[in-house]
Amino acid sequence: MANIPELERITTQVRRDIVRMVHGCQSGHPGGSLGCADYLVALYFGIMKHDTNFKMEGINEDLFFLSNGHISPVFYSVLARSGYFNVSELATFRKLNARLQGHPATAEGLPGIRMSAGSLGQGLSVACGAALAKKLNNDPYKVFCLMGDGEQQEGQVWEAAMYAAHNKIDNLIATIDYNGQQIDGPVDQVLSLGDLAGKYRAFGWDVMECDGNSMPEMINTLNVAVNKTGQGRPVMILMKTVMGKGIDFMEGSHKWHGIAPSDEQLEIALNQLEETLGDY
Amino acid sequence: MKYQFTEKKDTRSGFGDGLTELGRTNPEVVALCADLVGSLKMAPFIKENPSRFFQMGISEANMMGTAAGLATAGKIPFTGTFANFSTGRVYDQLRQSIAYSEKNVKVCASHAGLTLGEDGATHQILEDVGMIKMLPNFTVVVPCDYNQTKAATIAIAAHNGPVYLRFGRPSWPVFTDPTEPFIIGKAQKMITGTDVTIIAYGHMVWKAIEAEAILEAEGISVELINMHTIKPLDEAAILASVSKTGCVVTAEEHNILGGLGESVARVLAINNPTPQEFIAVNDSFGESGTPDQLLEKYGLSTEKIVLAVKKVISRK
Repeated sequence: MANIPELERITTQVRRDIVRMVHGCQSGHPGGSLGCADYLVALYFGIMKHDTNFKMEGINEDLFFLSNGHISPVFYSVLARSGYFNVSELATFRKLNARLQGHPATAEGLPGIRMSAGSLGQGLSVACGAALAKKLNNDPYKVFCLMGDGEQQEGQVWEAAMYAAHNKIDNLIATIDYNGQQIDGPVDQVLSLGDLAGKYRAFGWDVMECDGNSMPEMINTLNVAVNKTGQGRPVMILMKTVMGKGIDFMEGSHKWHGIAPSDEQLEIALNQLEETLGDY
Repeated sequence: MKYQFTEKKDTRSGFGDGLTELGRTNPEVVALCADLVGSLKMAPFIKENPSRFFQMGISEANMMGTAAGLATAGKIPFTGTFANFSTGRVYDQLRQSIAYSEKNVKVCASHAGLTLGEDGATHQILEDVGMIKMLPNFTVVVPCDYNQTKAATIAIAAHNGPVYLRFGRPSWPVFTDPTEPFIIGKAQKMITGTDVTIIAYGHMVWKAIEAEAILEAEGISVELINMHTIKPLDEAAILASVSKTGCVVTAEEHNILGGLGESVARVLAINNPTPQEFIAVNDSFGESGTPDQLLEKYGLSTEKIVLAVKKVISRK
């Protein structure tokens, strides 16, 4: 059983890491990163069976693919806190000669990264391929993929959605960060997704919905999702989150999609997030 | 004629037969196709290896991403669709999910160039070599006949990294030795000569062989290089030949912008500035017609190579 209080303590530290990383280089994407902290901590510390002694092929372990690569701060923090690399390296985020590129890249050899992401809409296809390879290899482990909600406006996502259902890729659990915000404003104003759950159901997916900022609900939803695998359908979790979660002046606003806090804002933010595991 | 042929075959069949052989010899090879199994000659592979084939439907972007995912787990994916849909349509997927992500995907592209024929300009891509040679990590291979396409298909499976393999639709003379191994990045000297170097790839190699016969009868000694690997480019072979002949003609079924000609010109400009003439499509789209009619109209004929050789020799 997952230790919910411990996972919440880790999540709080990850949120500190995110704002400190983005502040440290005065660039990056704090909003979506903060909103997805619970999900990634739940996945890496509570759900996935994975080996921090990183091997690209990932045979006989669960795999995660980040499609909305701009939330790299939360991904890097969770990888480091999991033990893929030293947390001190988080200080190099977005700096010259760093392995922690602005968007995740394999080229720098950072352990834990299996694909480059940044140009949106590509991750679900890659996750489909990785899931097919697991079936070919009789590898019983799962493939997870996170996308953004604005990202659903990319056509390739729907190519992959159609393909996964048609081919019964039922070792795949995709999640959408449904925070309702994108760079130019609320998703409903920019280009509405309509009935997103209904769309995925119509495509043939097993669709679940959850509060992505509640650790107990996140863990429970992911456990149920894992139990839904192997039943002939890919699984989709529509995860309601708050962009900027955990920092009052960032919460719920698309303005914090891609800007860094000032020195003063950093101090206010850190006062709202207890240092639970020690800063990097 | 320095080379003879006893039959004509399409280079895409060389790909299909090479893939079939790989299916028997390399269990990690998998194949994906975007609704063009017949055109890409992939049916024998599918029949023998049904679990290692993925029918993607008409969704090329998803095919490239899925191939990247399969490669992540150690598979060697071969994607099959027309050259147009293998490049321009999916350039961002090739760039991010395959090239930048360093995935061992083989992008196999049929129906390239004018010789696609009657389908017209929408399908006759003439920009693909330029697009892909600009992507870091990609190797670009364009074999010249059926035998070489089969050999190249087998060779690229043993090369670790993204490869773009371009071939075509029409029946074309089969003139290379089927037992000759294909070495990626190593130019093939087809004919040795002293007055001019012709560097060609793909279908244009046969046109250059025809041109050499005409020129030889007129007392002009041609050195012919088959540059089947556009990237990495065998710069040493270019420089060695040109240091002897002092002039060069490049011939390709591609836009003059971005093709092999510009790559050769770059090498020569840096190392040994040399008169060069370009046989290529002059920055235009193609149109409907038979392959021979189109090669004639767009300046890719044997006669145009002969004229280019005489012109470049006069510039020495």
